[in-house]
Amino acid sequence: MSILVNKDTRVVIQGITGEYGSQHARACLAYGTKVVAGVTPGRGGQRFEDKVPMYDTVEDAVKKEGADVSCIFVPPVGAADAIVEAADAGCRLVICITEGIPVLDMVKVRRYLEGKPTRLIGPNCPGIITPEECKIGIMPGHIHKKGHIGVLSKSGTLTYEAVGQLTALGVGQSSCVGIGGDPVAGMDFIDVLELFNEDPDTHGVIMIGEIGGGAEQKAAAWIKANMKKPVAALIAGRAAPPGKRMGHAGAIISGGKGTAAEKIEALEDAGVKVAPTPADMASTLMSLMK
Amino acid sequence: MKIHEYQAKQIFARYGIPVPKGEPAFSVAEAEAAAKRLIEATGIPVVVVKAQIHAGGRGKGGGVKVAKGGVAEARKLAEQILGMQLITVQTGPEGQKVRRLYIEQGLDIDREIYLALTLDRDRRRIAVMASREGGMDIEQVAHDTPEKIHTLHIDPVIGLAPYQARKLAFALGLGAKEQMRQFTKLVDGLYKCFLAEDCSLVEINPLVVTKKGDIVALDGKMTFDDNAEIRHPEWADLRDADEEDPVELEAKKVGISYVSLDGDIGCLVNGAGLAMGTMDIILHYGGKPANFLDVGGGATQEQVKKAFQMILRSDKVKGIFVNIFGGIMRCDVVAAGIVAATKELGLSVPLVVRLEGTNVEAGRKILDESGLKIESASSMGDGAQKIVAAVKQGAAA
Repeated sequence: MSILVNKDTRVVIQGITGEYGSQHARACLAYGTKVVAGVTPGRGGQRFEDKVPMYDTVEDAVKKEGADVSCIFVPPVGAADAIVEAADAGCRLVICITEGIPVLDMVKVRRYLEGKPTRLIGPNCPGIITPEECKIGIMPGHIHKKGHIGVLSKSGTLTYEAVGQLTALGVGQSSCVGIGGDPVAGMDFIDVLELFNEDPDTHGVIMIGEIGGGAEQKAAAWIKANMKKPVAALIAGRAAPPGKRMGHAGAIISGGKGTAAEKIEALEDAGVKVAPTPADMASTLMSLMK
Repeated sequence: MKIHEYQAKQIFARYGIPVPKGEPAFSVAEAEAAAKRLIEATGIPVVVVKAQIHAGGRGKGGGVKVAKGGVAEARKLAEQILGMQLITVQTGPEGQKVRRLYIEQGLDIDREIYLALTLDRDRRRIAVMASREGGMDIEQVAHDTPEKIHTLHIDPVIGLAPYQARKLAFALGLGAKEQMRQFTKLVDGLYKCFLAEDCSLVEINPLVVTKKGDIVALDGKMTFDDNAEIRHPEWADLRDADEEDPVELEAKKVGISYVSLDGDIGCLVNGAGLAMGTMDIILHYGGKPANFLDVGGGATQEQVKKAFQMILRSDKVKGIFVNIFGGIMRCDVVAAGIVAATKELGLSVPLVVRLEGTNVEAGRKILDESGLKIESASSMGDGAQKIVAAVKQGAAA
C-alpha cells in the first residue's frame, strides 16, 4: 500500500519534449514508472525516445492511453493552463513540477479546482514517489527504499535529506510527497496527512515545513485532533531574518508572522516531535517508533 | 520587487485612483523647479518634500517634510533630505541613502484611512483590508485592536463585488453618496491594478479624506510578484538598483538565489529548503551563517564558481560549507566545479564539503585527490560541526 500512486498508475507527462521534461521523463521510465503518454502541442503522432506515444492534448492521452495522473514540466507562463487542461481531461491527480508560476495564476487555478475531483500537488515541487513502484517527479530514485514511513515536505532537497537518513538507517518509505513551497499551491499538509493516517502501510510520518504562512500551525491543530500515527517534524528557517525571502516564494517572515518558533511551538503542543537539526529527522522519528 | 511611492502613484493614476499632483526630482534644482510648477498650478504655497526609498517609516525617520513657505523653503528641505542617510524602522541601523525626492502638493486633510490589497495565503484569495486608523503603524493596530481592521476576500471568478466595496465604505464612514461613489470606484480601480500589474501588495497608508470631502491616495506602496516578471518587461525601467543588494541582484542574473546575512560562515547549497536548513544547523552548532545561497537544482560548474565568487566578496567570510544533496546534480561534476573554483580563486579560508547523491564516491575521490585543503564531511551534521570548529580555530589562531 501507499498513497496516491503505485505500480498501476498511468502517467502522462505534459511538456515531455522540453529539456527538463525529457530528462526527467527518461529518469521516471528508468525507475519503472508507467509513463504511458507525453503531451506537446504539435507533436501528436510522434513518439518520445521511440517508445512513449505523444499527443497534442491531455484529453487524447487520457482517452487513448488511459492516463490517470499528469506530471507537468511546462514553463511558468503556460503552467497554470496546463493544470487546467489536465483537470478538464479528467486526470485524478496532477503533479506540477514547474517553478516560478505567477501567484495570481495559482489563485485562479485553485479556485477553478474547487469542487472538482482532481487533486493537485505543487507547483514548484519535486513530485511524489512510492518507492520501488512509481516515481513521478525529479527526486533521485536510488536513495529511496520501500517501507512504512510517509514523508511530506515543502522543500525538495530537505525531502531527499530525510529519505537519505531513513534509508541509511535501513528504514523504508511508503510514499514521499513534495507539496512545494509556493504561497498558493495544491494539496497542503493536512490533505496528505489525512491519506497517510488512513494508509495501513504507513506507520509513521516525517513532515518538513518552513518559515512563512500558517500551514504548519493548521497542520498541528489537525494532528492534535486526528492523527493516529507518530509524527516527527522539521521547520527550516530558524536562522532566517524577518522580511527576507529565502528562495521559495512562500518562505518569508512578514509582520512577525510565520516564524519558526511559532510553528515549532504549535507542533510540539500537538505531540509532534521536532527535530533539533535537519540532520536528525530520521532519528527523531525513530525515537517515537519504538 | 518593490517600487517607489512616486512610481506607484503614476500607476495608480492610470487606474483612475486620485493622487495629489507631484513630480519626482533627482537633484535640488529639479526639486525647486517642481515646487515652483506645483505652486503655480495649485495656487497654494504648500508642498511636501518626500524622500523616495523603498523602506517604510519615512515620515518618522525625518524623510518627509512640509514646506509651507513656498519655493525657497522647499529648496531648503530638498537640500536637507537629498543625500541624507535615512534611518527608519525598516532600513536597519545603517539606513538608506536618499537619491530621489518626490515633490507633492499639500492637501488639507480631514482624516486618514488605511487601505491595502494583498494575498491571503491561507484563504488563497486576494484580501482587501481597510481601517479608519490610517496613517499609523497598521501592524500595531492589527495587534492591539484587530476589530478596527475590516477584511474581505475576493473571489477571482466574480472579482470585487460592488456590495463588498459598499460594505467597506460604510465601515469606513464613507456612506454619504458622493464619497461612496468615489470610494467604490477607487477600490475597484485598485483591484484591477493589482491584477493587471501582478502585484503581491498594494498599500495606501494613508488614504485621506480632504476637508472638501474628496478621497485621495496620499501614499502608495506597491510590491510586484517576482514570478510574473516574465510578462512585465516594463518592470526593468521601474527597478531601482540602488535600493537592492548588488550581490543579490547579480546572483539572480545567473539563476542563483542569494541573501546576505551577518555571520562569518559562507554556505553553498542546492535547494532553498536545504539552504535554510544549512543555516539552521550552523547556528545550532554555535556558528553564524554569512549568507543564504541556493545554486538551484541543475547547477553547472560555472554556477558553482560564481557562487564561490559571491560568497568570497564579503570579507566577513572566515570559512565555507558546501552542502549538496545531488538529485539531478552529479556529485562528480559538482566536485570538479569546486576544485576548479578553489584553484582559480585561490581560496584561503577553510572549506568543508558534504556531497550526497549520484556518483558520490567519484565526487569524494576528486576532492581527496585534488591536493587542496578541502575537508570532506560524511553528513550534514558532520559538515556543520567541522566548519564551525575550523572557523573557531582560525579565530583563535
